[in-house]
Amino acid sequence: MEIKAIGCEPLHLKMMHVKDGHTLKVYRDHGGYKSLKKALKMTPDDVIGEVKKSALRGRGGAGFPTGMKWSFVPKDSPKPKYVVCNADESEPGSFKDRYLMERDPHSMIEGMIIAGYALGSATGYIYTRGEYKYLIDIMDAALAECREAGILGKNIFGSGFDHDIHTHTGAGAYICGEETALLSSLEGYRGHPRLKPPFPAVEGLYASPTIVNNVETFTSVPQIIDIGGDAWRNLGTEKSGGTKLWSISGHVKKPGVYELPMGYPDMEKFIMEDCGGMLRDDKKLKAVIPGGSSVYIMNAGQIIGQNVTLDYEGLVAAGSSLGTGGMMVMDETVDIVETTKNLSEFYKHESCGWCTPCREGTDWIVKIFNRMTSGGGRPEDAQLLLDICDNIEGKSFCPLGDAAAWPIQSAVKQFPEDFKRYIAN
Amino acid sequence: MAAATPTSYTDQVLVSDEVAEFSDAVVAEMQSHIAKYPPERKRSALIPLLMLVQRERGWVDNAAVNFLAQFLDLEVTDVWETATFYSMLNMREVGRHHIQICKTLSCRIMGEPQITEHICSKLGIHPGETTEDGKFTVSLVECLGSCGTAPMMQIGFDYHEDLTTEKVAKILAECD
Repeated sequence: MEIKAIGCEPLHLKMMHVKDGHTLKVYRDHGGYKSLKKALKMTPDDVIGEVKKSALRGRGGAGFPTGMKWSFVPKDSPKPKYVVCNADESEPGSFKDRYLMERDPHSMIEGMIIAGYALGSATGYIYTRGEYKYLIDIMDAALAECREAGILGKNIFGSGFDHDIHTHTGAGAYICGEETALLSSLEGYRGHPRLKPPFPAVEGLYASPTIVNNVETFTSVPQIIDIGGDAWRNLGTEKSGGTKLWSISGHVKKPGVYELPMGYPDMEKFIMEDCGGMLRDDKKLKAVIPGGSSVYIMNAGQIIGQNVTLDYEGLVAAGSSLGTGGMMVMDETVDIVETTKNLSEFYKHESCGWCTPCREGTDWIVKIFNRMTSGGGRPEDAQLLLDICDNIEGKSFCPLGDAAAWPIQSAVKQFPEDFKRYIAN
Repeated sequence: MAAATPTSYTDQVLVSDEVAEFSDAVVAEMQSHIAKYPPERKRSALIPLLMLVQRERGWVDNAAVNFLAQFLDLEVTDVWETATFYSMLNMREVGRHHIQICKTLSCRIMGEPQITEHICSKLGIHPGETTEDGKFTVSLVECLGSCGTAPMMQIGFDYHEDLTTEKVAKILAECD
């Protein structure tokens, strides 16, 4: 499986192929923790300022501007502040955070400590999906190295700033990747999301100011401090700064993790050349889900000859969105109804059950797909599915409901022939 | 994701006073988890400790629930409420080797059905079931974050990627 940068120098992927790159010594040999030293000599406000200038947007799927999120934390709150890393990577098609934690945990840790300094936080947690246990072991070792070297603990580098970070395991729940459900889980409860406002920055973990950011968002921070926010933004585009990790899978010759500058021109070239093209030369491209399963599915016509730029704006213009950058490529052998059924099962399994529209809707959707794919398709089924999606989208506590609706809405729209086949029978 | 829901929970929810016991080393390990959180927030350690008792006992049984309630100053219902939410926590016994095959999109289109069929026919069970000798349980689970090396499975905590039916035969043979 490939892990490489295309169209830019590797930043997130800098340590990927470095022997023992996950160790403190090798990380420091490659310039590690210089950014932390630099940040500790800046004011916290200046640190946040650089992150704002960078146009870094959350890399966990929602894409919220990171600098803005950090600036929501009330400085004068008497409550302790928390920095939480969302390492719950569970979005179908996404596997980038896994390699960051496996081969470059110190970048993420350095980013978290810098965030802690900027926000006046003494404690951070890395909430990691339970299936990634081997990564928790790697991160625990890295954290122990930091404590021994005085990079975590009291008076870091003589700055007077104290900070410590702990790993925390999940136990199998995609919903816990949603930041408020993550906080519920971190507190020891069922992973139910919470209404926003109040936002975690004001009332998060233990009702205290908390920022929750994705692994890749944190690994961006030392880079931003190192070269400055403006320079980092200029690696990408005006509105989508920096570089981004894409996870490519499915019917391509070279699946893997690719680092691309934001605004990499042309999704078609990326798939057909950089990723080696279609897995089987005699099978044409049929569909792509570009951003992890919770985005609109695209048909080949939306990609071939369309000059789709790979950034937030470009994908929205092309009829989908960037999400986590988990790109799943499907050739003509794939039945889109089966695809949508597969994803609908995912959302049904992962629905936390709190909201009636999502809990009942996802279950009903799966039942309809089961009926359709066992010969019981009815002419009104496509519209029925859309009606149920309409009753879920925007009507639940958290975006999981919306995410369950989007694949179906887009599949019915972009692949009507696939659905007709099941209904005509 | 854990095995299919059992038809009834009553055989686990029957009140039992048995409280699980753990070695001093394991208890110390549990204390080290509790120490990560503010002292008044011990409940934060509940999920890590549920995973820990499952590691020790194979599943989250009644005795384990009673232990955790006492250890963390919670009600038994608090422990059940949380434990039953998370798919990795087994609320009934599973085989020594829990084979969790990823069934989500990229794995599916890259050959999961053939892998599942191969494993199930080899072991003589369906997804959700355990072999008679208690050695293997097979489950279909959702995305494990390994789409680039599909199809794949997790046995216990170990990832097995880029699967072929030949590789699978070898992996199963190596499970003792």
